Amino acid sequence: MAAIQPIAGELEPHPDVALVERARAGDVSAYDALVRKYDRQIFRIAQHVTQNREDAEDAMQDAFLKAYEKLDQFQGNSKFYTWLVRIAVNESLMRLRKRRTGRMVSIDEDVETEEGSVPRDLADWAPDPEQNYTQAELGMILEKTIKGLPPGFKIVFELRDVQGLSTEDTAEALGLSIPAVKSRLLRARLQLRERLSRYFRRRRGGEK
Amino acid sequence: MTCTEFLARLDDLIDDSVTPEIRAELQTHLHRCGHCEVILNTTRKTIEIYRSHEIYDLPASLRDRLHAAIMARCKKGF
Repeated sequence: MAAIQPIAGELEPHPDVALVERARAGDVSAYDALVRKYDRQIFRIAQHVTQNREDAEDAMQDAFLKAYEKLDQFQGNSKFYTWLVRIAVNESLMRLRKRRTGRMVSIDEDVETEEGSVPRDLADWAPDPEQNYTQAELGMILEKTIKGLPPGFKIVFELRDVQGLSTEDTAEALGLSIPAVKSRLLRARLQLRERLSRYFRRRRGGEK
Repeated sequence: MTCTEFLARLDDLIDDSVTPEIRAELQTHLHRCGHCEVILNTTRKTIEIYRSHEIYDLPASLRDRLHAAIMARCKKGF
């Protein structure tokens, strides 16, 4: 079995490289560590794509199983996590397609949404606006707000802004070009901002 | 610099990937354009709120269940 090479240009090999090596050699506990490391992120990605908790659970399980099955195909010239994200997005899309029979679902198409990217709500927000809501209310607002975005926008925002991946890694994980990632990220940020303004804008008279 | 030109550079400014020259131009625009200042600040806040409030959390019990199912299948070797 060929050894996995560290990612070119990096002085220290990524800690995942050793875990993947051990898992490939049959050490299940090494794979266990990788699952524990990334399960939350993969679950969130699956939720963003499927919009359904049950499907997200199944997609997450299938993604980790498929990745385990295909470990031999992982070349190590990409990061393990970006490779795993790609599998998880595909598994999630498959679940979504099953649910929406006949309707094509893809993250590749560049959707032009009604809102576009021209900011319309120019009101400033209250200072620390999230403090006007309970944690539960805030969670509902954030979920409702991001749900309306096209899948390709949501995933780019999640990977770049929430999980902190680089533009290059996001592009690789999603099989998109760098300009496509940049364009989606700008539109995702502006559309989320626009939608959140409805809740967070500064109001007159001290009302909530 | 127009507001449209500013918006086209908004992500670069947020991600801190602009040259000092472009940054100076963007700052000059911000000093005289209240709307763009609001857009910049509220977009930054949007990212911050999503980053600090995890939606779609994976509860411990569900995490353990999924984890056990995955590892059982891996140990069986499919």
